[in-house]
Amino acid sequence: MNTRLGWLTGILMACSLYAIFLYAPVERTQGPPQKIFYFHVPLAWVAYLAFFCTLVGSVGYLRTGKTRWDVLAYSAAEVGVVFTTLVLISGSIWGKTIWGAWWAWDARLTSTLVMWFIYVAYLLLRSSIGRTTVRAARYAAVLGIVGFIDVPIVHMSVTWWRTLHPQPTVANPAGPTLPPAMLATLVLCLVTFTVLFVWLLRERMAVESLRHEIEDLAAGIIEAAA
Amino acid sequence: MAARPVVDAVIEKRPAHPPRASFAAQLGALLWKDLLIEWRRRELLASLIVFSLLVLLVFDFAFDLRRIEMPVAAPGILWVTFIFAGVLSFNRAFALEKDRGTWEGLLLAPVDRGAIYLAKLLAGVLFMLAVEAVSLVLFAALFDLPADVPRLAAAVAAGTLGFAAVGTLFAAIAANTRARDIFLPVLLFPVSVPVIIGAVKATGLAFGSSDSGYPWLGLILAFDAIFLAVSFAVFEFVAEE
Repeated sequence: MNTRLGWLTGILMACSLYAIFLYAPVERTQGPPQKIFYFHVPLAWVAYLAFFCTLVGSVGYLRTGKTRWDVLAYSAAEVGVVFTTLVLISGSIWGKTIWGAWWAWDARLTSTLVMWFIYVAYLLLRSSIGRTTVRAARYAAVLGIVGFIDVPIVHMSVTWWRTLHPQPTVANPAGPTLPPAMLATLVLCLVTFTVLFVWLLRERMAVESLRHEIEDLAAGIIEAAA
Repeated sequence: MAARPVVDAVIEKRPAHPPRASFAAQLGALLWKDLLIEWRRRELLASLIVFSLLVLLVFDFAFDLRRIEMPVAAPGILWVTFIFAGVLSFNRAFALEKDRGTWEGLLLAPVDRGAIYLAKLLAGVLFMLAVEAVSLVLFAALFDLPADVPRLAAAVAAGTLGFAAVGTLFAAIAANTRARDIFLPVLLFPVSVPVIIGAVKATGLAFGSSDSGYPWLGLILAFDAIFLAVSFAVFEFVAEE
């Protein structure tokens, strides 16, 4: 199942690349750098989706105490941090070419950075108290819930904070009305990256489940030897 | 009432489930315990106040505070100081319990988990407020800063409550990690960003800073309510061994 999903991801990825570079028209004012848009937006979407999966896994774990919910939460958080990092990097490259600066302390950038910090703390917490212990899972679940609730609050507060100091206007990347060819490309990319996410998440969860299995076996051997 | 048989009286004396104290009584007892420990040791508060004043001194050296516009800089300087002091104070509240093995005793005691959380939170808020009061008075005197005192007090108290609400929850988590002193700020700072922004803005308004536009005090209170409700709800999962 997962192998087939991997192949599907590969095919979709090839189609997306074709659509981005050969099918979608070059934007008039920004030129070729606007192509980053087709990576940047799906990456951001997947990051939010991943952290939502972490929330679902965290709530599920605290309600049931079943390990597979924790495996979902942890794996999704890890994939989410990778995608958030890529969002920040791709945004920086795009910003450098369009605004002339790697970073602007704009509301959306700042809140994405704060979100990145929250989930990096999540991963650090896991590595600090042990990945597979019950206690680590419970603490991480608490952070997974508090962190997700916090993300929109951070965004609101940063927006209010920033609107007080007028910023260099961050132009809406492609304007509210995308030409049909660009919109079609974006939708294709969103689908591709969502499939990529599902595939990565399943792979990661399989590895994490094996890790739990190994730890259980090791604990059993130690018990038997004692 | 007629005379009871002896057996009944004995059972009455040793009930299977002793009646629990009310939530308020539990909360009071737990808070009193923390305050009494601090009163007998007189360690945390004194060092926290000295620490805060030193941080303010470092800021003076770093920025030469006579030369920059104080109503703009003061809120940030003060809140950085309060945040550092708060992190130290929350960490110690749980580290003390952990190191002496009294945390398990607390969990075994017939008290509500919510009461433990609220007692720790209130103790943290009280310690922070004490530190803040001393720092603010000295800061205002040293830099001759005019302030709208009621608004300043409201902004500082509201910001402290929100910061302590998440801080207490995360301190309970951080107490179980290997590097707890570093861990608490790593967990706490990003999550508490909304409260910090609001607190700095509201404090600035109390110092006569001109850029208003949003009712920051109301926003902090809203953040306080959210953080308190969520932290209170999930604390039982942290306080479980």
